[in-house]
Amino acid sequence: MTTVIEKNQKSGRLEVGTPLLEVKDLHVEFHTRDGVAKAVNGVNYSVAAGETLAVLGESGSGKSVTAQTIMGILDMPPGKISQGQILFRGKDMLAMKEEERRQIRGQKIAMIFQDALSSLNPVMTVGAQLGEMFRVHRGASKKEAREKAIELMERVRIPAARQRVGDYPHQFSGGMRQRIMIAMALSMEPDLIIADEPTTALDVTVQAQVMDLLAELQAEYNMGLILITHDLGVVADVADKIAVMYAGRIVETAPVRDLYANPAHPYTKGLLRSIPRLDQKGQELYAIKGLPPNLLKVPAGCAFNPRCDVATDLCRTEIPALHQVTDKDGKELTGRRSACHLWKETLHG
Amino acid sequence: MGRYVIRRLIQAIPVLIGATFLIYAIVFFLPGDPVQALAGEKRADPIVAEMIRQKYHLNDPFIVQYWDYISGVFRGDLGSSLQGRSVSEMLGEAFPYTVNLALVAFVIEAVVGVAAGVMAALRKGKFLDQLILISTLLVISIPVFVTGFILQLVLGVQLKNDYGIDFFSVSFNEDDGIRAYLLPAFVLASLSLAYVARLTRTSLMETMRADYVRTAVAKGLKRRRVIVRHALRNALIPIVTFLGADLGGLMGGAVITEKIFNMHGIGGLIAQAVYQKQGTIIVGVVTLLVLIYLVTTLLVDMLYAVLDPRIRYE
Repeated sequence: MTTVIEKNQKSGRLEVGTPLLEVKDLHVEFHTRDGVAKAVNGVNYSVAAGETLAVLGESGSGKSVTAQTIMGILDMPPGKISQGQILFRGKDMLAMKEEERRQIRGQKIAMIFQDALSSLNPVMTVGAQLGEMFRVHRGASKKEAREKAIELMERVRIPAARQRVGDYPHQFSGGMRQRIMIAMALSMEPDLIIADEPTTALDVTVQAQVMDLLAELQAEYNMGLILITHDLGVVADVADKIAVMYAGRIVETAPVRDLYANPAHPYTKGLLRSIPRLDQKGQELYAIKGLPPNLLKVPAGCAFNPRCDVATDLCRTEIPALHQVTDKDGKELTGRRSACHLWKETLHG
Repeated sequence: MGRYVIRRLIQAIPVLIGATFLIYAIVFFLPGDPVQALAGEKRADPIVAEMIRQKYHLNDPFIVQYWDYISGVFRGDLGSSLQGRSVSEMLGEAFPYTVNLALVAFVIEAVVGVAAGVMAALRKGKFLDQLILISTLLVISIPVFVTGFILQLVLGVQLKNDYGIDFFSVSFNEDDGIRAYLLPAFVLASLSLAYVARLTRTSLMETMRADYVRTAVAKGLKRRRVIVRHALRNALIPIVTFLGADLGGLMGGAVITEKIFNMHGIGGLIAQAVYQKQGTIIVGVVTLLVLIYLVTTLLVDMLYAVLDPRIRYE
């Protein structure tokens, strides 16, 4: 424990709870041949040191695009940031020069990708890919970089790290490859890690191991973690708070337990209902009717209204604001917001 | 790897024998008389003609002639032309020119082609990209003898006459050293160069979209390092295959270029031998080309395993 504290002082890491990243009113659109696809429409969220934010949503909800924008790896064009700020330790990254941005990437904010096989360079040894971080950012010699790579591989519990440092990505199993991705993200001891569906490509048993490892390392290094996923099971154990995204907007935010216990948005409710459960064996699985909206033609009003069971005329005309949620007595529930005109009925009804 | 190489070399033996047999057969069954070809326009003296036929066993059936030839090859004797010159000697004279020409062309093709492709890929849709796309399309659609004569006229004649720059010569002159090879090699390389440039462009553009390149960017690497270390290394794999296969093609495809620039290489030798229907020369030259082709493809396949660790040869 003492070593971690020392490291924190050395690297100037912030104390637990200090805000690291703040996304403010972010809008991202893609200019395609068929028109402008509005992928992100005014997203706000923040992550503090030591905190885990889970961003939940279906494919196309804008969760990955937001992450790529934070990371600065969005393909532009066709992508375009039309509005918003991304503050990292209080400084707007969108206003920074590319070189300043690059110094943050990998060193201060690191990213773990979904498919470790395609995300690792097939023609470089894992040792070279891990060591590259130290070679480039720390000016380490080849030998030092190799030692650091072995250290990292041991840190993420890859067996026989010293023998395997010269192996190529395809020679590792899926779980081990994802560990290498995690090791790479950890290498510079960043303040914030963005994990974009880190376990989607893995077996269920391996998923749990990888998530546990990630949570453990996060606690140890006191990092902020943004966990992007569509898997509600993954979220429950590790996240502190959840942001549910739909059609490029955040529709609900809540501390993880509150959200599971009592969702304040019909979409979240639908998501929770569609988790298969053992005690419902033999019954038909619940699914939210309809399909996620086409981003080129998002429905007027609340984007979810065509799929919503309780939608009213108001929902079809007016986009709901992200309301502060209160309990039955009108007391504000901390961290709970819902972008639904009918949040009261949904939560208390 | 060692076993793989040995197996490939063993496989090469039937290929070589098959190639000699086919070529020998084709030449044998071609219409026309090699002895008459020696006499040119005049009618050959029947007595002399018969003497030559006797001397070179031209009256023997095909299979006997082939057997004589191939057993000679295994003794290291490639036979001789109907004028009595040894084929190995003729090959020895002509071969260095062709090898030099092909190697210089290969370097031009690889360096210029890859560089142009990389520049085009990195400036996709911009002026330079369009320029490279259009110029390579032109080169691909114009036959090499046209490109050859145009470059010969522009660089060999007009550059000297109009601007006084005497750098490229119209005709190949051995005394000029490597400079003499530049223009013919460029002509020879032009077609493949255009293909290499386009192939590099497509391949690099594709790898630039790969997940591992995104990872490299996310690692905070400089753009240059992302391109050279992560994208280009992967993008070059198909290009190496093309280049390797093309090296053999450059040696065999030099006939026209050698003719334009008056070089006495393999191409000239082969053309002359075909006119005169001299089977021994043709088979000797072509077999050598087949051999070169087999060796270069083997080298490419080995290089492939070095470039792409996912490929292993057992």
